[in-house]
Amino acid sequence: MTGKRCVIIFSARMKKITYSLNYRKPKNQYFDHDELVVCLRYYHSIGNGKYKVTKKSTGIKCKLEDWDTDWHKSNNRHPIKSSDPDYLEKNTLLKNLSVELHSHAKNIKVSNGVLNSKIPEGSLDMKWTNHKNNVRLVSPANKRNIDVIVVGTGLAGGSASATLAEQGYNVKAFCFQDSSRRAHSIAAQGGINAAKNYQGDGDSVYRLFYDTIKGGDYRSREANVYRLAEVSTSIIDQCVAQGVPFAREYGGLLDNRSFGGVLVSRTFYAKGQTGQQLLLGAYSAMNRQIARGKIKMYSRHEMMDIVIIDGKAKGIITRNLVTGEIESHSAHAVVLASGGYGNLFYLSTNAMGSNVSAAWKVHKKGAFFANPSFTQIHPTCIPVSGDYQSKLTLMSESLRNDGRIWVPKKLEDAKKIRNNILKPTDVPEDDRDYYLERRYPAFGNLVPRDVASRAAKERCDSGYGVNKTGEAVFLDFSSSIIRYGKEKALVKGLDVNDLNLIKSLGEDVIKAKYGNLFQMYEKIVDQDPYKTPMMIYPAVHYTMGGLWVDYNLMTTIPGCYAIGEANFSDHGANRLGASALMQGLADGYFVLPNTINDFLADDIKTGPIDNELPEFTQAKKSVEDSIEKLMKINGTKTVDYFHKKLGKIIWNNCGMSRNSVDLKSAIKEIQKLKKQFYSDLLIPGDQFSFNEPLAKALRVADFMELGELFALDALKRNESCGGHFREEFQTKEGEAMRNDEEFTFVSAWEYNKVIENSTLHKEKLLFDNVELKNRSYK
Amino acid sequence: MKLFLKIWRQKDSKEKGKIVNYEIDKISEDMSFLEMMDVLNEKIVLNGGDPVAFDHDCREGICGSCSMFINGEPHGPDRGVTTCQLHMRKFKDGDTIYIEPFRSRAFPIIKDLVVDRTAFDRIQQAGGYISINTSGNTLDANTIPIEKENADKAFDAATCIGCGACVATCKNSSAMLFVSAKVSQFSLLPQGKVEATDRVLNMVKQMDLEGFGNCTNTGACHVECPKGISLDYIAKLNTEYAKASLKK
Repeated sequence: MTGKRCVIIFSARMKKITYSLNYRKPKNQYFDHDELVVCLRYYHSIGNGKYKVTKKSTGIKCKLEDWDTDWHKSNNRHPIKSSDPDYLEKNTLLKNLSVELHSHAKNIKVSNGVLNSKIPEGSLDMKWTNHKNNVRLVSPANKRNIDVIVVGTGLAGGSASATLAEQGYNVKAFCFQDSSRRAHSIAAQGGINAAKNYQGDGDSVYRLFYDTIKGGDYRSREANVYRLAEVSTSIIDQCVAQGVPFAREYGGLLDNRSFGGVLVSRTFYAKGQTGQQLLLGAYSAMNRQIARGKIKMYSRHEMMDIVIIDGKAKGIITRNLVTGEIESHSAHAVVLASGGYGNLFYLSTNAMGSNVSAAWKVHKKGAFFANPSFTQIHPTCIPVSGDYQSKLTLMSESLRNDGRIWVPKKLEDAKKIRNNILKPTDVPEDDRDYYLERRYPAFGNLVPRDVASRAAKERCDSGYGVNKTGEAVFLDFSSSIIRYGKEKALVKGLDVNDLNLIKSLGEDVIKAKYGNLFQMYEKIVDQDPYKTPMMIYPAVHYTMGGLWVDYNLMTTIPGCYAIGEANFSDHGANRLGASALMQGLADGYFVLPNTINDFLADDIKTGPIDNELPEFTQAKKSVEDSIEKLMKINGTKTVDYFHKKLGKIIWNNCGMSRNSVDLKSAIKEIQKLKKQFYSDLLIPGDQFSFNEPLAKALRVADFMELGELFALDALKRNESCGGHFREEFQTKEGEAMRNDEEFTFVSAWEYNKVIENSTLHKEKLLFDNVELKNRSYK
Repeated sequence: MKLFLKIWRQKDSKEKGKIVNYEIDKISEDMSFLEMMDVLNEKIVLNGGDPVAFDHDCREGICGSCSMFINGEPHGPDRGVTTCQLHMRKFKDGDTIYIEPFRSRAFPIIKDLVVDRTAFDRIQQAGGYISINTSGNTLDANTIPIEKENADKAFDAATCIGCGACVATCKNSSAMLFVSAKVSQFSLLPQGKVEATDRVLNMVKQMDLEGFGNCTNTGACHVECPKGISLDYIAKLNTEYAKASLKK
């Protein structure tokens, strides 16, 4: 009997709905005659006696003096007093709304620690269309009253800002660079995929979807990937209409090339500067909206924290990098487009400023972080040359269209090359080991990045490396130069046996395709790659992991979205070449601007959000305190000292191949380093001025915490998949061994102050449309 | 190698700046110029000083952040490179190197070698775009065939990284090469023709408002441009401007 009673009380409390006034600033700043909007508060029980509150605006206004604060104590339970001329009407409306919410309440889903990916119903190819037809819309007149914050202005952030502003929202865009045009998307070289099938080589939306799922080693979400493939074609149309100068053929139509892991040509490009051209396209779209006053641009600003009010993201705290001022910015939704965290490794192809801080701060406030250890090590980068090295430079994957990768067959040749006794051009054809063509005849030099990187490491670890450090392989264009030269000579009716002529004709073709990359290589290495093969080695390039998002790209914090590299959703355990640009623009131009309406539809009556609410002042104070804490250490080591150390720990223990012993020791080492960081860090100057070391220190502090979670994630995934290679799980031939039975899930981590104790939530991945197979590129 | 550095130090936009001398040793010729600056800054910080502030980000010559005026030339003595791509092998042991910010009235100094180049953004906001919305149902990309030659020329113009070397090297602080690159990119493409008239007039007007000087065709900008943007585009800008002025 008692038991039953308990249940009844509990379930009654579970559906508790109350009225409240929507205060937008501290209560004592209001006057009696001020009007406020009445809200309904719905309490969800999430177990252990804890509740989550969902607030719903009713649009009904009431003066403070007419509000009955003790309404729940009176018998009639009406909150608006009779002093309000419309009190009867208003109270009836409120009652009706609460009844409506009550009956609706069982459909409101709370995260409750269980992940709901919100994948729409219907067949794979209809999910996105159905979803777009079903999401709520916001009228243009109401959009004018809604603010959206976008953090980061790369391809994802730039395109999202421009599109949201076009639609009528007031956008506040933030970047740490001096101009939104400098975000690191600008450095993407090779191209952007789209299922246009302009080449008539059998490409289709399904094939792009399938290649991406397979390339990601079956660790991404079917519905998201299909949507990505679906909108890919619109991206090309949109960018051409914007004036992005893609490469063209003589007939005036768009040209394509191939990338790793696929057997069709679906990559659109603008020489080796595709990212630059696409970003400048998004930048110009932003500029148009800045000129219209629809985007307010904050450059040289870094996001320091997110502000959450009543469980929803309502703003951010930033630091002005010129003056050091800590500022509060409010909005009805916050979109993170803050990129990846490859700089965790210190040396990577990311820009110097790329960092995890925005995403990490959101993680600490409740957003789950998914698959942190899924990192892409890109096979073709310029090798490390010394200890002073500050970053690594990528040589586009597109080079693998025409370059062949090899090391000498004989150990003594490799040794001679390392000691400068033998020139690579003097190694006879028979003594070269084109190891990718040997191991993977079907895909050859165009195997996916993870496979190519591991194969290079394997050769170098076996002693066949070709530069001073023994960590480099050759990328050789000589056969392509000859092949193209002959083709040109034939077309022009010249002597196909004149080797010098053919070489120079062939070099011209290569120059037209990859001129800027060859020049870049020459400037850095001081060798002419037309005459001698390039030296390359894998380097950290991209992070597939990121903030966990549902199908709407919303994180586990309502109103906080993550797009582009900052989220985890589309690339699984390995990203295919030319897909990052595709995803960034798909999210920013076409996905988020649709899905965010559904959330913002609740905010049409909310009105501007006061950035002096207690939640803002509190968040601001804690940011100031954390800066103060770093400044006060006054130790003896610079930020770079710690960043380099952290990078070494991660690269050596959590890099291209991992094992449980190293991963466990990495966690301990990072914990030790973190302690030293907080006791021996030296930051010059003060926090109220342009202070780059301080900005860096704040970023490295977050990298320290991420690093630990990164190693933990790699440790808990007892399988090899994509870029995550665990030495314990490999075949006799050294190929990765996936464990679909136990690990077909997304690891979504919930923050814990003690990172080692972070809670792992699993989002089971369901494959209804593709069969899980062993990836084979042989 | 050992180097003698003479670097412009200026606390903020209000205070007066001056050249300060530094000595630095054990610099490898494989280092990039900015890596040499990193080594210097590490040394300054460990000695309790304030490190030299400079803009930098991608360090591969594409973001356009880095902006040092080295021995009288923007991005230093090498051709076709940005400061971050300049390597120390271009210098000799015992060299003295002058390092200053990009100077122009339109680029106020923020600190040391960091300048404010938002004037460039404002010029772009005045018309450096094609006014189309993101609908997802624009024309199929291949319904707009573009002559390869024009597409290539538009691309060459579009490779401008907005670093401001052209302005820094110009004795008149003219931004004509920068503006001409954007105007030419769009005027060479059919998509850009619709708004061509207003675009060129508005962008040139904004350029003048920002305080950039006039062009006297010395060609220094082309020589120093890390992306080798051709002077032909300035001619193209002049033509476009003349055409537009007649129309209005």
